[in-house]
Amino acid sequence: MELLLQLVLSGVVTGGIYALIAIGFVVVYKATRVINFATGELMMFGAFFAWTAMTSAGAPFAAAVAAAALGAALVGAAVERVVLRPLMGQRTISVIMVTIGLSSVFRGIAQIVWSGEYRSFPPIFPRRPIHLGPVLLPSRQVYPFLLALAAIALLWLLFRFTRTGTAMRATADDQATAFGMGIDIRRMFSFSWMLAAVTAALAGIVIGTIGGISPQLGAVGLRIFPVVILGGLDSVGGALVGGMVMGVLENLAGGYLDPLLPGGGVKDVVPFAALVLILMIRPYGLFGTREIERL
Amino acid sequence: MRPAQRAGPDEEDALSVEGLFLSFGGVQALADVSFTVRPHSITGIIGPNGAGKTSLLNCVVGFYRPQKGRIRLHGEDVTRVSADRRPRLGLARTFQNLALFEGMTVLDNVKLGAHAHLRTNVLQALAYSPAARREERELREAVEREVLDFLEIEHLRRRTVGSLAYGLRKRVELGRALAMRPRLLLLDEPIAGMTEEETEDMARFILDVKEQRGVTIVLIEHDMGVVMDLCDQVVVLSFGEKIAEGAPAEVQSNPDVIRAYLGKSH
Amino acid sequence: MRIGDFKESYAADEALFRTPTARAGLAALLAALALFPLVAGEYLVYLANLVGVLAIGALGLNILTGYTGQISLGHAAFMGIGSYAAAVAQTRFGAPFWIAVPAGGLAACAAGAVVGVPSLRIKGLYLAIATLAAQVIFEWIFTNWTGVTGGIRGINVAPASLLGFRFDTDVRTYYLVTAVAALHAYAAANLFRTRIGRAFVAVRDRDLSAELMGVNLFRTKILAFMISSWYAGIAGGLFVYFAKVVTPESFPLTLSIQYLAMIIVGGLGTIQGTLYGTVFVTLVPEALRSLTQVAQKISPEAMSWFHPMKDILFGAMIVGFLVFEPHGLAEIANRIRRFFALWPFPK
Repeated sequence: MELLLQLVLSGVVTGGIYALIAIGFVVVYKATRVINFATGELMMFGAFFAWTAMTSAGAPFAAAVAAAALGAALVGAAVERVVLRPLMGQRTISVIMVTIGLSSVFRGIAQIVWSGEYRSFPPIFPRRPIHLGPVLLPSRQVYPFLLALAAIALLWLLFRFTRTGTAMRATADDQATAFGMGIDIRRMFSFSWMLAAVTAALAGIVIGTIGGISPQLGAVGLRIFPVVILGGLDSVGGALVGGMVMGVLENLAGGYLDPLLPGGGVKDVVPFAALVLILMIRPYGLFGTREIERL
Repeated sequence: MRPAQRAGPDEEDALSVEGLFLSFGGVQALADVSFTVRPHSITGIIGPNGAGKTSLLNCVVGFYRPQKGRIRLHGEDVTRVSADRRPRLGLARTFQNLALFEGMTVLDNVKLGAHAHLRTNVLQALAYSPAARREERELREAVEREVLDFLEIEHLRRRTVGSLAYGLRKRVELGRALAMRPRLLLLDEPIAGMTEEETEDMARFILDVKEQRGVTIVLIEHDMGVVMDLCDQVVVLSFGEKIAEGAPAEVQSNPDVIRAYLGKSH
Repeated sequence: MRIGDFKESYAADEALFRTPTARAGLAALLAALALFPLVAGEYLVYLANLVGVLAIGALGLNILTGYTGQISLGHAAFMGIGSYAAAVAQTRFGAPFWIAVPAGGLAACAAGAVVGVPSLRIKGLYLAIATLAAQVIFEWIFTNWTGVTGGIRGINVAPASLLGFRFDTDVRTYYLVTAVAALHAYAAANLFRTRIGRAFVAVRDRDLSAELMGVNLFRTKILAFMISSWYAGIAGGLFVYFAKVVTPESFPLTLSIQYLAMIIVGGLGTIQGTLYGTVFVTLVPEALRSLTQVAQKISPEAMSWFHPMKDILFGAMIVGFLVFEPHGLAEIANRIRRFFALWPFPK
């Protein structure tokens, strides 16, 4: 019983981080119908930016996060302007491959600038583990989770209560009408990418505090696919739910199935098996909008 | 090619639509639509925008499943038959907004029309076996003779469809439908967007298809002149219901029809 | 349109190489391929083998993605299945290579049929993500089903032999690989001269209309998956004899992405493009490697830059082609050909 509780809570914690990554992904897809395969590398940049700010400039954590967010926003805007805009309206495979190509370029740049070594953040959080009833959670899991929650809350506020946020939601829902109402669609695309980059950066920092930073940090970006397919490619709420569910599922699978199967690594493959199942039963996920085809 | 003929009294109706009901979510697209089409004739389907004309066509080809009603092709009930199996029963159609395969040549587009009638399997195809070679050669001869020459587009055979002008594309689409060797041909606004000259050419082709090949034709059209000239009978839809049916002249002077087009103020 | 080129029969017009120039070009190419290992050094022959094997795989992917429009992010996994099946056939069942390699093709083909099943319900982006899941799942199987695959250590394989003739040198392997590749290229070209290939392209361009013309969408897509996987499986089988060992590391997601790069850079939906793309994507990093080795003599750190530069170059190549020449090298080749067709008259 204790094992179950432990696994579920760890899963929720991981899930919160997945949710944060997924939200950035969903934001871009909702607004521009682009699948951003470079999400992982944007996360990696965010982590490196923050790390550089802290180690080279001696900035405190909060300031480093802000600096990283700013840097990421600039990268996001540049990517949208230089690479995505010329490809607007092109077929799906072109758009997928372009973000894949970008992710390769980003990895290479990161390796040149920061070399391939593993880096760690200087100590940021208090070290004592947190007691939650009978369960013990390491501080390096809980604080990042709280950070992720804070970021998600901030995003929610942004979307709900600012004019830009509302404009972005309008553009995502119905481009033509939004345009007709005087919303600058291209600026919204730009904002969407900037937001996605910032979200990814925050997620990257969170992951960096848990497991260290390297140019390969982006590999965890693959994990979002099961999350967003479960939640629905264009649903922010779905990203939250999907993240939690996948986090818990992973942990449960790892905890109960790993001892049974040879080699282990079940944690990595179960979300993808679940993904295939979801695609067969309910391709648009829990909250995604069905796409209808007209002849 | 079969010579022109009037339908014999014992011949089955080419198309029989019985009590068709179709709705999407809350929208009733078709309500109790019934009519028949005699073989070797041209029937026009007219009505104001949104009347359900294209939905009706989509039901006949099997793209939409009606909630109630029956569709018979040459006497055979096809209501439950899947769309990809209807061409084998002699059904072909063109599209309002053109649905050509833009990346393929004119020749390949037309050849694809004959897909349901061809037999080459994968292994024969990969090896380009003598059987495959023969089938392709016969297909090519038939397509050149019956379609490309007939529609006067043989000089365009290797052009990619995406590079052609609109009027020519519509002709290729008709050609592709003809390659299906249909007994019943559905045309969705075949002359929309064409110039005067193109319209005359198209009308001539449509008439020739009926007279020279005995194909039954059902067409959706807005151009009243063409409808009056070509059609043997006209069916009028409005808001998903059939409001008139009969010879063109009758329908034209039907007060319900006039009201549907011009609104209640008349 | 070629000037002064008149065909007198439909058969002549349907041929793969329709003009004397094209036929001469083909003859020259075949001669060059045959003579290549006699003049090229060991390293180049090795590269040619690598390109040959990958070209077969890339042809398969172009059939699925370029011609039929089904995006696959799992092509490396199918190659892996072919490799492992061939290796197991040889080591466990003592099968000679001319049974083991086709066995690899068949195993991959069967896997392709399974992976294609979702295409019944999903398409486009969602199907692409499903193939991504397949890639991850198969990679996990390669690493963890140690009983069959040998886990991370993999399986070692003896060189191919036919009636006592051993393909144990790179040159001998070259002729084998080139022959198989040429055969598969010919088969692919044939496919698109017939109703089967036309149906593939129709599904890509407008699947709903194709359905109304009598094309069974599900069967067509599964067929495309199966043919494509066969090609990948054959490539995998040949790869095993070429590399003498198969391990899970040989078939990562990055290889699937490389395959996609080959067909995009080369030209989606063209056979010549597939070949150009495979050569280009394989040789560019090798050229970079040589350059780095030269630079190493000047600056001892140069080698550490190789890996990141390779990544940057790869990504830049993809982005560059997509932005500036989306139809790939095949289109560039066509432009050159058109230019010379009318030369010395300008366009």
